[in-house]
Amino acid sequence: MTVREGLLALLHEGPRHGYQLKTEFEAATGGVWPLNVGQVYTTLDRLERDGLVRITGAGESSAQKVYEITREGTDELGAWWEAVPAEDPPPRDELMLKVLMAIEHGHQHGLRVVTRQRTELLALLQRKRRERTAAGDTGGLAAELVTEALMARAEADLRWLDRCEAVLVEQQSNRTKGSK
Amino acid sequence: MGYPAVQFSRVVKAYGEGETEVRALDGVDLTIPTGELVAVMGPSGCGKSTLLHLAGGLEHPTAGAVAVNGRDLSALDAARRAALRRDEVGFVFQRLNLIASLTAVENVALPLELGGMSAKEARPLAVEALASVGLSQQLDRFPDHFSGGQQQRIAIARAVVGGRGLLLADEPTGSLDSRTADEMVELLASLPSRFGATVVLVTHEPRFASWADRVVFMRDGQVVDQTRTTPPDEPVVAPADELVP
Repeated sequence: MTVREGLLALLHEGPRHGYQLKTEFEAATGGVWPLNVGQVYTTLDRLERDGLVRITGAGESSAQKVYEITREGTDELGAWWEAVPAEDPPPRDELMLKVLMAIEHGHQHGLRVVTRQRTELLALLQRKRRERTAAGDTGGLAAELVTEALMARAEADLRWLDRCEAVLVEQQSNRTKGSK
Repeated sequence: MGYPAVQFSRVVKAYGEGETEVRALDGVDLTIPTGELVAVMGPSGCGKSTLLHLAGGLEHPTAGAVAVNGRDLSALDAARRAALRRDEVGFVFQRLNLIASLTAVENVALPLELGGMSAKEARPLAVEALASVGLSQQLDRFPDHFSGGQQQRIAIARAVVGGRGLLLADEPTGSLDSRTADEMVELLASLPSRFGATVVLVTHEPRFASWADRVVFMRDGQVVDQTRTTPPDEPVVAPADELVP
């Protein structure tokens, strides 16, 4: 998602002025993406230039412009909702590349790095669990789902690290047997 | 601070001899402080379950020492070891091991009666333990009347009844659907703060391990790493009302 797509999605709900878009954008993204007002207005200018939004009038104070989405803007937003993030070529995932590089240095080093990364990821998962328990229902839906996403990703990474460990241990034991 | 709930000192557990010897545990040093939930993770065959069996005195180390609440299990005679197992340690396994011909409350009362308590004395304690895991109805029904999750709650009540302070759980969520499994782990995680109990949870699920105060990783019979997120001077557990909805 770009800021552009985020603003179009919010404007699809109805006309809004710039500062309103900033606060709604930040709330909708669970606080993980702070925006400054300048960024919002620059993006709105470009959207207007491209015919995706237009100015409909002034807000409560006459200096505030109110924007609404155009037919073209709605079409572009629709295309974005439908688009699926591409996985080809595979994403350059930091953890994956680190472990692959470590294995390149030998099985033992690979296992050490796997162990270290796994401990840290589990500690992260513990912290998130505590934060979520402490926050209860006070954090809001978006923030709760952001935490859920972080936890789900950490769990997936941990499963992958378990898999790496199993494969490394199996290869090592096959080698030991082979050398006997 | 008293003794840790469980202390492993250079523990080796070997099966077989000579060429065929397999070391399930290979020099384990591990301290499990009282009142913590400790998760043990690692690939199958890494020694997790053996660790649990030794902590509960179900098996004996080939070398090294295992102490529970400060007492070296190897130094106790068989009768004292059995008494310690009965009075201080509770087990929860993946397969429930409830006795089908006993009611829920009778199952929970059983360890107390085996310890010499009369059925009349044991019953209120069993009812109390069942209430503490959220079961207060139909306690005179047989296990097959209850859902999988409820049966596992009965097993947990049986493990903690009479104030036993050390609960050893081996993949206790294995036979449960994911929502029930989550509830089960949340219940286990509440035991330290509610009763000061120590819980050792063997699991392969990171999601469940994340409830723990400490996560121990094993590989090839050794502890390879452990997490600790709670600073030492901070209470190890959150108040019960934060953990139990």
